Amino acid sequence: MIYQGKQKIWSDYQKEIPDDHWFYVRSCIRQSFFPASEKYFLKICRDLLGKDIYETEHHTTCGGIAYHSDTIPQETAMTIVARQFALMKEAGYKNLVTSCITSFGNYTEIIETWREFPELEAKIRENLWKACRREFDIPKYVAHASDLVYKFRDDIAGMAKFHLVDGVTGEPLRVVEHIGCHYSKMFPHKGIGGAEYPCVLSGMVESWGGHVIDYPERRHCCGFGFRQYLVRANRGYSVSNTHKKFESMEPYHPDMIITNCPGCPYFLDRWQYVISEMEGKTYGQNGYGIPALTYEEVAGLVLGFDPWDLGLQIHQVAVEPLLEKIGIPYNSKTKYLGLNGKEIMKPGLPTVLKCC
Amino acid sequence: MMEFGFSISPSSTMNLDKVDFSLYERLCEVEPDAKKCMACGSCSATCTAGPWTGMSVRKVILDIQRGKEMEAARLLKSCMLCGKCSMVCPRGINTRHLILSLCRIYKEEEK
Amino acid sequence: MKDNIVIVGGGIAGMEAARQLLMLGYKPILVEKTDHLGGHVADWHCLFPDMTLAREVIENLAGQIKEANIFLETEVSFINKMKMGYNVMFSNGVNVICKAILLATGFDLFDASKKEEYGYGIYDQVMTNRDLEQWFNTGDDKRITGKDIKKVGFVHCVGSRDVKAGNQQCSKVCCITAIKQAMEMKERFPDAEIYCFYMDLRLFGKKYEDFYIKAQMESGIHFIRGRVSEVSENLQGQVIVKTEDTLSGKPAKITLDLLVLMAGIVCNREAVQTASLVQVTTDSDGFLKSKDNILNIIETDSKGVFLAGTATGAKTVPETAAEARAVALAIHNYLVSQQ
Repeated sequence: MIYQGKQKIWSDYQKEIPDDHWFYVRSCIRQSFFPASEKYFLKICRDLLGKDIYETEHHTTCGGIAYHSDTIPQETAMTIVARQFALMKEAGYKNLVTSCITSFGNYTEIIETWREFPELEAKIRENLWKACRREFDIPKYVAHASDLVYKFRDDIAGMAKFHLVDGVTGEPLRVVEHIGCHYSKMFPHKGIGGAEYPCVLSGMVESWGGHVIDYPERRHCCGFGFRQYLVRANRGYSVSNTHKKFESMEPYHPDMIITNCPGCPYFLDRWQYVISEMEGKTYGQNGYGIPALTYEEVAGLVLGFDPWDLGLQIHQVAVEPLLEKIGIPYNSKTKYLGLNGKEIMKPGLPTVLKCC
Repeated sequence: MMEFGFSISPSSTMNLDKVDFSLYERLCEVEPDAKKCMACGSCSATCTAGPWTGMSVRKVILDIQRGKEMEAARLLKSCMLCGKCSMVCPRGINTRHLILSLCRIYKEEEK
Repeated sequence: MKDNIVIVGGGIAGMEAARQLLMLGYKPILVEKTDHLGGHVADWHCLFPDMTLAREVIENLAGQIKEANIFLETEVSFINKMKMGYNVMFSNGVNVICKAILLATGFDLFDASKKEEYGYGIYDQVMTNRDLEQWFNTGDDKRITGKDIKKVGFVHCVGSRDVKAGNQQCSKVCCITAIKQAMEMKERFPDAEIYCFYMDLRLFGKKYEDFYIKAQMESGIHFIRGRVSEVSENLQGQVIVKTEDTLSGKPAKITLDLLVLMAGIVCNREAVQTASLVQVTTDSDGFLKSKDNILNIIETDSKGVFLAGTATGAKTVPETAAEARAVALAIHNYLVSQQ
């Protein structure tokens, strides 16, 4: 692998990311899958980096999940998006930052579509006016939240309490980076590093001390595939895709996976359990799985936040071996305690996949 | 093992790293012209048995090139040895002879 | 000395045109931007179909054009149209008044790194057709020299027939070049399995089909019909290639020790700039625009400006040479008509 060759491509795919003043839109599913990720994104941006990130309780889904699941037409998704833009205009913001990769793809695709077909934009303006008497401006910048964390990765590294390094050997951790499909596959120039060799996550990993693994199936889908999971009859395809990825990364012995999409960490995490039950196979060391984390969780760990405050107990794959490897302290007793200090119940244990 | 109601699907991807060329090589020893096929399909188009049985000399050769002995044998069973494919082959492959040679190789393998 | 003729480009077209014009009694001025004559052919080792040494072809031509005024490492800076011809200024400060200009500006080899998914410049074991010819010439390339090469792949149509790569055209010579190079590799690595990944085999020239049959019969090259979609690198540093075996109708993958990308022929961007100085534009295929594409491919709509070789599209060496001879005669006829 010729690292300089990748650097050359990365230099071709850099996008302008304004420094401050963002209107934040959340993901539909992340708050239940990884409840602390969005909270810690806001906390890191606001409290540690001193940025102005605005959010409103009036925003809804962007419609992307329904659009990609074939349950609503694109025009409906466009009108929903137009309403978000109207909320942003009302709040006085021009820069939109999304928590979800599919939202990012959805916003980008819609803006590009309107650019190609202005008559469609006019129609959506009319739809929105008829529906709720609102007007919108197209955002000046659309970024994914991982773009912002990428931009501030070195600031985060400067405040780091821990690094993505084996605390005993001093060797960098081997990290698989997995980019959500809708981040840059549709519009390579909208993603940092392009679509073939995106560097939005690998840049964070390198900045925080880890070593990025480039394995043959790195481009492959995590397995979610929307209808491939959502329609039960297709679910075998979903797990097959995930299986293919793990088979491909296995020889590299990854310590962890970092992701920037709502679906990817979920499926890369949960399907490890399902594969272990189906095939009796696990991919981490000593019968454990490979932790699949969101980039906010990784940033949170690096910054020294408590792993359970970051919601890592919600993952199927146990994170304790990873925490121990880095040397991050944790308290096993508080793992399943809620904010009020009460037990939030413990999950049942799988038959094959080792969990703590 | 737990029952989920779905399972890991077998992949249709051909792993060309694992192709066994031995039958193809044996065939080429006795029928070097097997290498000449350019997959034009005229043999399949004219095949008397093809429309009903799927028989195609082109596919037989391809299957053997990809190490798929069983598939090739299955197709060959439908050949009536009429020789029409030999008449049309633009590369002059004696397809009828090739089929007979293949049958002989399969017979020898059975022993 | 009769009328001045400026030839832009010292590749096969420019050299052969200069040779013919010398024989017709002219003393052409040939400018070449690099430090040597021969153009892309100078980077090559052997030429199909008879494995002629490229070096010999160039030496032969160069030997016969010594009488011409040849400026190496020189480019055209500016051209002024005058009443009876053109005033051409060169980057070396020389200024020439001429009646005829021949744009023999050739092509650019497609920059294979633009096909990011093939990983040229990123994966260790990926090279281009030109890199391979250079290895044939020098024997020195860390991707091959001293390596245990057991499986080699050739990817046809890299930057050709590819709208997204900015070139919709067939580059015409890559199919036969791939087969030639595949056979040469088989000769050097007799135990290796060699694969060609092609969409169509466009083998149109003299004896090319014989070449193809020889590649099948003698060299045992495996031809897989399907365009390579993506390449990755494994832990051992080998490349993994994904394609569809379209004849089987199934996706396929294979691990290779070396992957050779058949970079195509694309329009020479600098030449477009030069041509614009004499109001020669580009055709819809991106190459320089001829007067018409049937009988007047070597002429332009600009008086006294002529074209030859790959400036107007992909061509083989003999086709280029034939065009150069034709253009010499056309220039001669033009100059005679102007007297």
